[in-house]
Amino acid sequence: MHGRLKVKTTEEQAEAKRAEREQKLKLYREATEAIFQKRQEGQLDESVLELTSQILGANPDFATLWNCRREVLMRLETQKPPEEFAALVAAELGFLESCLRVNPKSYGTWHHRCWLLGRLPEPNWARELELCAKFLEADERNFHCWDYRRFVAQRAAVPPAEELAFTDSLITRNFSNYSSWHYRSCLLPKLQPLPDAQPPGRLPEDILLRELELVQNAFFTDPNDQSAWFYHRWLLGRADPQDAIRCLHVSRNEACLTVCFSRPIIVGPGIETVMLLVDESPLPVEWRTPDGKKRPNHVWLCDLPADSFNDQDSQHSFFLMWGDVQKECVLYKGRKESWCRDSATDEQLFRTELSVEKSTVLQSELESCKELQDLEPDNKWCLLTIILLMRALDPLVYEKDTLKYFQTLKVADPMRASYLDDLRSKFLMENHILKMEYAEVRVLDLSYKDLTVLCHLDQLLLVTHLNLSHNLLRSLPPALAMLRCLEVLQADGNAIETVEGVVNLPRLRELSLCDNCLQHPSVLQPLASCPKLSLLSLERNPLCQLEAAPEELRVLLPDVDRILT
Amino acid sequence: MADKLPSEFDVIVIGTGLPESIVAAACSRSGQSVLHVDSRSYYGGNWAGFNFSELLSWIKKYQEESDVGVDWAACQELILETEEAIVLTKKDQTIQHVEVICYVTQDSDDHIEKVGALEKNPVSVMSPRPNDPLITMYTACSDTSELPLPHSESETALEGPEVDVMLEKEYHENYTEFSQSALEPEKAENVPIIEDVAATPKKKRITYSQIIKEGRKFNIDLTSKLLYSRGLLIDLLIKSNVSRYAEFKNVTRILGYQEENVLLVPCSRADVFNSKKLTMVEKRMLMKFLTFCLDYEQHPDEYKAYEESTFSEYLKTQKLTPNLRHFVLHSMAMISETSSSTLDGLRETRNFLQCLGQYGNTPFLFPLYGQGEIPQGFCRMCAVFGGTYCLNHEVQCLVVDKESGKCKAIIDRTGQRINAKYFIVEDSCLSEKTCSNVTYKQISRAVLITDLSILKADSDQHISILTMPSIDPGSAPVRLIELCSSTMTCMEGTYLVHLTCASSKKTAREDLELVVQKLFTPYTEVELDKREQEKPNLLWALYFNMRDSSGINRDSYSDLPSNMYICSGPDCFLGSEHAVKQAQTFFQHILPNEEFCPPPPNPEDIIFDGDSGQPEILASKPDTAEEVTGQRNQEEHAPE
Repeated sequence: MHGRLKVKTTEEQAEAKRAEREQKLKLYREATEAIFQKRQEGQLDESVLELTSQILGANPDFATLWNCRREVLMRLETQKPPEEFAALVAAELGFLESCLRVNPKSYGTWHHRCWLLGRLPEPNWARELELCAKFLEADERNFHCWDYRRFVAQRAAVPPAEELAFTDSLITRNFSNYSSWHYRSCLLPKLQPLPDAQPPGRLPEDILLRELELVQNAFFTDPNDQSAWFYHRWLLGRADPQDAIRCLHVSRNEACLTVCFSRPIIVGPGIETVMLLVDESPLPVEWRTPDGKKRPNHVWLCDLPADSFNDQDSQHSFFLMWGDVQKECVLYKGRKESWCRDSATDEQLFRTELSVEKSTVLQSELESCKELQDLEPDNKWCLLTIILLMRALDPLVYEKDTLKYFQTLKVADPMRASYLDDLRSKFLMENHILKMEYAEVRVLDLSYKDLTVLCHLDQLLLVTHLNLSHNLLRSLPPALAMLRCLEVLQADGNAIETVEGVVNLPRLRELSLCDNCLQHPSVLQPLASCPKLSLLSLERNPLCQLEAAPEELRVLLPDVDRILT
Repeated sequence: MADKLPSEFDVIVIGTGLPESIVAAACSRSGQSVLHVDSRSYYGGNWAGFNFSELLSWIKKYQEESDVGVDWAACQELILETEEAIVLTKKDQTIQHVEVICYVTQDSDDHIEKVGALEKNPVSVMSPRPNDPLITMYTACSDTSELPLPHSESETALEGPEVDVMLEKEYHENYTEFSQSALEPEKAENVPIIEDVAATPKKKRITYSQIIKEGRKFNIDLTSKLLYSRGLLIDLLIKSNVSRYAEFKNVTRILGYQEENVLLVPCSRADVFNSKKLTMVEKRMLMKFLTFCLDYEQHPDEYKAYEESTFSEYLKTQKLTPNLRHFVLHSMAMISETSSSTLDGLRETRNFLQCLGQYGNTPFLFPLYGQGEIPQGFCRMCAVFGGTYCLNHEVQCLVVDKESGKCKAIIDRTGQRINAKYFIVEDSCLSEKTCSNVTYKQISRAVLITDLSILKADSDQHISILTMPSIDPGSAPVRLIELCSSTMTCMEGTYLVHLTCASSKKTAREDLELVVQKLFTPYTEVELDKREQEKPNLLWALYFNMRDSSGINRDSYSDLPSNMYICSGPDCFLGSEHAVKQAQTFFQHILPNEEFCPPPPNPEDIIFDGDSGQPEILASKPDTAEEVTGQRNQEEHAPE
């Protein structure tokens, strides 16, 4: 046909492309070699800047070359007159911008800019803020740029209100923006200084209400967008609990002092220093964990030398200091043990997921979430938030409702069924611990609760009788060793295969493990460390089928009076 | 004739409207030799856009009645005995009921007399007068029976605009003070204020002479359409690379009209999130429904039972508040409340949603300098690939071979016979004889120049679309597109407003005037009715009817040769899907094995070897009225 354009065939095009690529690769390799050569020879001059810019201009993610540039710039700073060096810096800033256009998410480039700006005597922060605004305009979720913006805003001391307005504008454009929500969470507490009484990191109620409305708009618009739910959780969450000694327990018989800290720590010189005063004089002691492993733990204990307390004096005082916090407990004459502890009910320890904000706020949040749930019965974020809100409001009053919502949630989100089971177990244990404390007893019955995991065992330091029967437990975990006062443990009808946690329990007398999945007598090895164990029930476990089992068990646990198989 | 066109082409295209231009471009791109002619002096036919003075000439042309007879003697010699002629019409009958109303008073002496003369009987001058070659214009508002004429003397007419506009500004400032006594409007009458104002003129007044003076800033489309950002036309523009000849802006606002108020319609996720008008629950309901619409075909259970009912009935069964139903029906689906089915509604809503977010927060694009740029872009592509262009070039008849029944040639007005294999003809060129069995629908159009946006916002540079639901049963919904000056279609400080609807009454003005009255205040009414202050002022208005030749069956035309294809004029839908589909269908008939407008080759990949492949270039003689263009000088002849 006439009048047609003649066009290269695809083979010709491919060949031309290949040749071009080969040429490019050759240049790239030559430049790289030249740079390394010069670096090795210590020849750090402008030629290195030129060579590295050729490569970084095309591939800004070559981290070594950025290091090279930094070395060169540092050297030139000492050699050049200030005006010339200033020109170099200006060129460097321009070059960085061109690299960012090649890859706006290059770690190396943003880091180099940070480094450079940090070294300048009079950095132009306004220009940097503009640069960030421009890159966030192009991609409002570029977290590299958000990071850099936070650096700039901090150095330039931009008022938090201005930055907050900036996050507003980006959330308005697209609220599915973790970076923007996160930045808000950093800015809001800085917005106005709070009265001392309020826990640090919390918001005044008017701001909180405004933020809640904003975030509600987001999850009513799109309840499947996680970013808003995460922010919502932050809004209702509370600051990290402050360090505290939760419980101090002294036992005369075992000549032992046990401490429960508010967070897992390692006690030891240079790590966490703990000082013990007995009858007002310091006593150097050896600290250890209940299971003997030197790992971060809530509970630490020490042996007390026999002469540090005797039954002649009317009382002995034990005073423990850990940083700023302290606790004292007094052992009176004729008493076998003594303790001093913070109560879980007083401290509302189990509301950690959500705060103790004015319950009207929580209540109205709960109402809107329920409204949303009516519209979106299968939305997992909404269901989970309802559960968390109910727990924050009153874990015991809402116990039944919470369990019902868990069931719905498990159906809606089958992928996370096991996570939800564990979460449910945790909440149930919290509830039972609260109930036990209200009843002021040291007996805890957790049978028939479908527990899959044991939590908050550090709260059970004083428990003497524990019933875990007929749950879904697969092990008695190492943390169980924290139950230093435990005398009777029932764990029948579970799927227990290991008993690592039943170790070094000084008072354990009876242990019942019927109807479990114990395969072999050797798994019961840890029990040998419990000196007072006299009754062990193992009926209807697979190991009972083994002919040699009774004999092996006798060898393994010679001090146990009765072993029922 | 010194400059004769070549006597042989593969394809001859008559008319430069959108579908004709696309077929021409596609054929030329596939290597066909194309002759593209138009009897008009401009590109685009009824798809064209004009600056203000060009528009005035266009109006004048349609208000004059002139018919030029066919020079039969010259033709007859060229037609053989075995052939017969299909005569084309000389008189364009697609435009009717052209009415112009100028609300701003002219402040130049030339016009005062006319204004005064017309005011004597303003109601009677609504229709064009054949004897008056100038535009019909008068200063009173349209509904003059209720309101006294503001300026009965030509003297006041001269001073009028200055006072009026300033008064308005002043009034805004005083309004809050007066609002207490709003029940006694007499009190706020203008006498004391006028004195105040005369000293401090604040607002830039817009006069007719200014509109004339800045007439080149206007680009007024005869057909008002938008591009769906994932529609066929955008796809074609991108694929064929014609998009490089035009620039686009995203429409910024979708508006709705409810309870006498213009409202912003939240349609994207961000809009819903930011909306202060919707309750939380409404937000969820709306998002839920829209999410469902996006893949409604996957959930037939949700709508199966309502397939027989109308979409508005179906919406009532959804958990949507009346507010939301209104938005979905009129602003997103943009379909009829009474006649459109559930499936139509779901399909249109999905189409709307799919286009959303492609280039911005609304689903529509508008070409800078107006919709009239698009046919020109395709003409340019056709020329680049060797098409030959002649504007001002009438075709007298088509020549049909009696035996084969195929069209063989055209005879142009110079009496030249040009042969071709295929003929693409715009509907408006066809004679009454050819169209005797065709019933056409009519589109009613209005073009308004106003001074404010129908919905004030932070920025005065918004491009908005508003669908006004039918006001009375039997009439069609009216589509309104408001363009700001940054679209390069109107002068600064003004807005260009296009109204379009399917005609149901006699004239465009009858169809559209009610809507115009609801949204705008005639300019001279400003000082009379305080309550209308919030509405934009009408400065100038044009009404006309355009023939809708879309959706006409080929068989309805009498005696069409099989190698002749009839392109429709613009339809009254928002998008241009019909034109693209039609062009593609014709192209596939002509060249069944060729790709439709494939991407042009990369400039680097083009092999130049001598002159082969270069179309010959025709020189145009400066003193001839007709323009003959080849690819090189195409640009000179493209209208602004």
